[in-house]
Amino acid sequence: MTDDIRALTAELARDPNSLAFLRLAEALRLREQLDAAATVVLAGLERHPDLADAHDLYARILADAGSLDAAREAWERAFALDSRHVGTLKGLAYLAFCDGDLDGALDRLESALGVDPTDESVVQALQTVREEAERRLAEGRLRAGTDIFAGFEGAEHGLLLADRRGLVLGGALRSVAGGDVAEEVAAYVAGAAQEAERTARLLDLGDWSAIVVEGAAGHLHLSAPAPEALLLVKRDRAVPPGRVALLARRAAATARGWLEAQRG
Amino acid sequence: MTAHLVRILDRVTRVRGVRGAMLVAAEDGLVIAESLMEGVRGNALAALAAALAGRLGRAAAATGVGSATFVHLEAARGALLLVPAGQGVLLVTITDAGVNLGLARLEMLRAVAEVA
Repeated sequence: MTDDIRALTAELARDPNSLAFLRLAEALRLREQLDAAATVVLAGLERHPDLADAHDLYARILADAGSLDAAREAWERAFALDSRHVGTLKGLAYLAFCDGDLDGALDRLESALGVDPTDESVVQALQTVREEAERRLAEGRLRAGTDIFAGFEGAEHGLLLADRRGLVLGGALRSVAGGDVAEEVAAYVAGAAQEAERTARLLDLGDWSAIVVEGAAGHLHLSAPAPEALLLVKRDRAVPPGRVALLARRAAATARGWLEAQRG
Repeated sequence: MTAHLVRILDRVTRVRGVRGAMLVAAEDGLVIAESLMEGVRGNALAALAAALAGRLGRAAAATGVGSATFVHLEAARGALLLVPAGQGVLLVTITDAGVNLGLARLEMLRAVAEVA
C-alpha cells in the first residue's frame, strides 16, 4: 500500500462521513485497483447518495472495467443530480462517442466547456471529436463519390467525374503519394477541355471526343460523357492506353446513367 | 537546318491520313518548321497546339503522371497529336479521322529522336 492510500484510508477510518472516500477511490482507480475502488466508492455512496461526484467516480470505475452499460446508468444518476457536473458531461460524451453519436458527444462537451471554459481535457476531447466528425464527413463524401463507379478497377483512386466549371461531381483521384487531388485536377481538366474545344473548332476538326495523355509515369484519358460533364481516367504506365480507352468508355456509360438519375 | 527538319517532318506526313506536321516553340506557339497540306493553317495550328499542351501539362502534373510524352486530341473529323521534342519544342501533327494512329505515333516518336 502506498503512502497516499494509507493516509487516505486512515483519514476515512477516523471520519467515515468525510469525503476522503472520493480521493481514496480515485487513487485506487488510477492504480487500476478497480474492485477496491468500487468497494470504497459504493460505501461512500451509502453515506452520500446524492453526491454527483461519487456517482461520476463510480461511473468512471465501471467504464475502466469495461462495464459501459452500468457506467451509463451511474452517469445518468449523476446528471440527474447535477446537470452541470463537468466530469459527468465528459463521461456521457465519451459514451456517445463510443456509440458513434458524434453530435451527442459534441453537445455534451460543449455543455461541459460552458461550465468550465478552462478545462483543458474538455478542449482536447472536443478537438478529438471534431476531427473524427470531419474524417467521417470526408469518408462519406469519398464513398458517395466512388459509389458512382463502384466495381470499376481503380475507382477509389483514378476515376474522376467533374462538371464543365471544374467542380467535382464524383469519383476519386489520388496522387502517387495517396493525397486527394480531385478538386485541383477537376479545375485543370475543365480548363483543358475548354482549350480542346476551341482548338478542335478553330482547326475544323469537329467536336472533340477524347484527350489522351501518355505521361512518364502514367496515362490520362479525358472525355465528355455528357454535355455538362467531364470524365478523367488515370492509370499507371503499365496499363496500355488502348485498355485505358476501353475502361473510359465503360465508365462514361456508367457516368451517363448516374447523371441521368441525378436529373431525376 | 530548316530543310533537314522539313525532311524529318515529311516522314510523318507520309503516313496516310496525316495532313501536316510541324515543329513549334512550346512557350509562345511560334512555328519552327512545317510540312503541311494545302488548307492547313499553320500559324493557328501552332498557337492552339502550344496552348493546349500547356493546359494539359498542368493537369498531368497535378495528377502525378509526370511530363507528357504523347498527347492525342481525338475529334469527329480528325485528330491533333503532340510529342515533346526536347528543349521547349513540340512536334505537332494534324490528321484526318481515319488515320492509323499507332503508325502516326511511331513516326512522330522516330522524328523526335532525330530532331533531338
